[in-house]
Amino acid sequence: MTKLTYTEKKDTRSGFGDGLLELGRTNPNVVGLCADLIGSLKMGAFQKEFPDRFFQTGIAEANMMGIAAGLATAGKIPFTGTFANFSTSRVYDQLRQSIAYSEKNVKVCASHAGLTLGEDGATHQVLEDIGMTKMLPNFTVINPCDYHQTKAATLAIAEHHGPVYLRFGRPSWPMFMENKLFEIGKAITLIEGGDVSIFATGHMVWKAIEAEAILSEQGISAEIINIHTIKPLDVNAILKSISKTRCVVSAEEHQIAGGLGESIAQTIVTNDLVPQEFVAVNDQFGESGKPEELLDKYGLGVNDIVEKAKKAVARKQ
Amino acid sequence: MPNQPDIENLQKTCSQVRRDIVRMVHAVQSGHPGGSLGCTEYFVALYHHIMSFDPSFNMEGASEDMFFLSNGHISPVFYSTLARSGFFEVSELSTFRKIGTRLQGHPATEEGLPGVRIASGSLGQGLSVASGVALAKKINGDDKHVFVLMGDGEQQEGQVWEAAMFAAHNKIDNLIATIDYNGQQIDGSTDEVNALGDLGSKYRSFGWEVLSCDGNDIGELIDTLQTAKTKSGHGKPVLILMKTEMGKGVDFMEGTHKWHGIAPNDEQLENALGQLEETLGDY
Repeated sequence: MTKLTYTEKKDTRSGFGDGLLELGRTNPNVVGLCADLIGSLKMGAFQKEFPDRFFQTGIAEANMMGIAAGLATAGKIPFTGTFANFSTSRVYDQLRQSIAYSEKNVKVCASHAGLTLGEDGATHQVLEDIGMTKMLPNFTVINPCDYHQTKAATLAIAEHHGPVYLRFGRPSWPMFMENKLFEIGKAITLIEGGDVSIFATGHMVWKAIEAEAILSEQGISAEIINIHTIKPLDVNAILKSISKTRCVVSAEEHQIAGGLGESIAQTIVTNDLVPQEFVAVNDQFGESGKPEELLDKYGLGVNDIVEKAKKAVARKQ
Repeated sequence: MPNQPDIENLQKTCSQVRRDIVRMVHAVQSGHPGGSLGCTEYFVALYHHIMSFDPSFNMEGASEDMFFLSNGHISPVFYSTLARSGFFEVSELSTFRKIGTRLQGHPATEEGLPGVRIASGSLGQGLSVASGVALAKKINGDDKHVFVLMGDGEQQEGQVWEAAMFAAHNKIDNLIATIDYNGQQIDGSTDEVNALGDLGSKYRSFGWEVLSCDGNDIGELIDTLQTAKTKSGHGKPVLILMKTEMGKGVDFMEGTHKWHGIAPNDEQLENALGQLEETLGDY
């Protein structure tokens, strides 16, 4: 495998905005909705080019989800855009009844997820959204890791029939997934290794790649697997990797309860029990600060992944 | 010119639908007879006179009038009307609320019951959904109407007012919403629980065209629905404040919230059926 590097950083939300614009040009059924955050969600280009297929709902997210369900009923493919907390916790009953239970083909696209939202603080740093959405029957849950993967995921979910939660973020982040195939539900092995499987999602994928370099220097061979689709989980990829490494670290910008790590734990407990360590927020709210400072403070830094990997390896003995 | 309604025939259908409602609720000793009985004329008027639709049913409903039930707990009147309009066999009404049924306690799409396009039950969501469908019809150049029924107690939900503001701002003038204005909710009268104030003024000030009528007088109701259709297409969504009596047609259920969500016993069923002529054959 070629070594993963990056030369440029870009925000994942721009991947969404660019993907949506491309969809506008290729799929006439795609419509956009936004609750007063067009700039933050990078939906401005779509709005400008397709004003008749774009709906500004104002600050009324519950209504936006209902409108989207209605548009989907009549055959449109609605993409809603707002922050991740307003896309989930604020509208959970609407997601549950009007979209999930009603089987509507709505794409809930959510920016500013997690601690890396930064200075706005805990009110906006939703860390429970993966859990909320993965619990809803019929929902597919995707958390891409960089600009390219977010764009590819945006294009892919338009072709998938059914409700989708697409989670991305605010900060500029390393771009390293250009021209990588994206398939919903298919994990991507980024680095092969034999001592520990590190399953990472979203922004934490780059952190895991950095951790691998440190672990390698210390004589530990880590396998880095990008789980962009949390539901449906690529169980085969997980079991294949742990059959080789016999221990697991999960890494995500989410509460330890309800996240990717929990889904992986469920998989290994029911199939092939191996030690697992969790890199996740431990039942706390975030706070204001710079993204990198917050990741370090809440146990989501590169060194946290390194330490958890060493612990997982040690537990094998 | 709209067709002249055959009032006598429509009233006969109402009587049969009311029999279906009390029999369905009695059979499983659960469900919501009060609001269902009160809205019977509305459903019969819509499905037997006002709307044009294809009972073979497809979800998207292109070039059809479409109806959405927001106050999903009055599912008995919805199911009876759908069956009596040819969406499915009337015999299926006997499965209401039983294990494995397509006639869930509150309407759902998951079991594929023809005629149901959205799950409802958790209140306040239907006006948003109907607004979205009406927008799609506008994008598609489809000149048919979207109808939605809400409860009056449901107006206490904030999302209703988000949708009311949005529909007016976006000139969704192919949308005809109706409020079942019976003045009752589970815990008592709407005045006692959380008074609604002047609903007509509230919607007017949001930018809606507002009509009102007696929803248990099927002739007046049909006239009002026809007027609503003529008011559509002029830049404003239309609201009908439809005065009804909860429990209408069964004397001991009329005008009280007590029959919102309870079923009649055997004796009460017999009493109710004695007041409702069997006109189309019981299921």
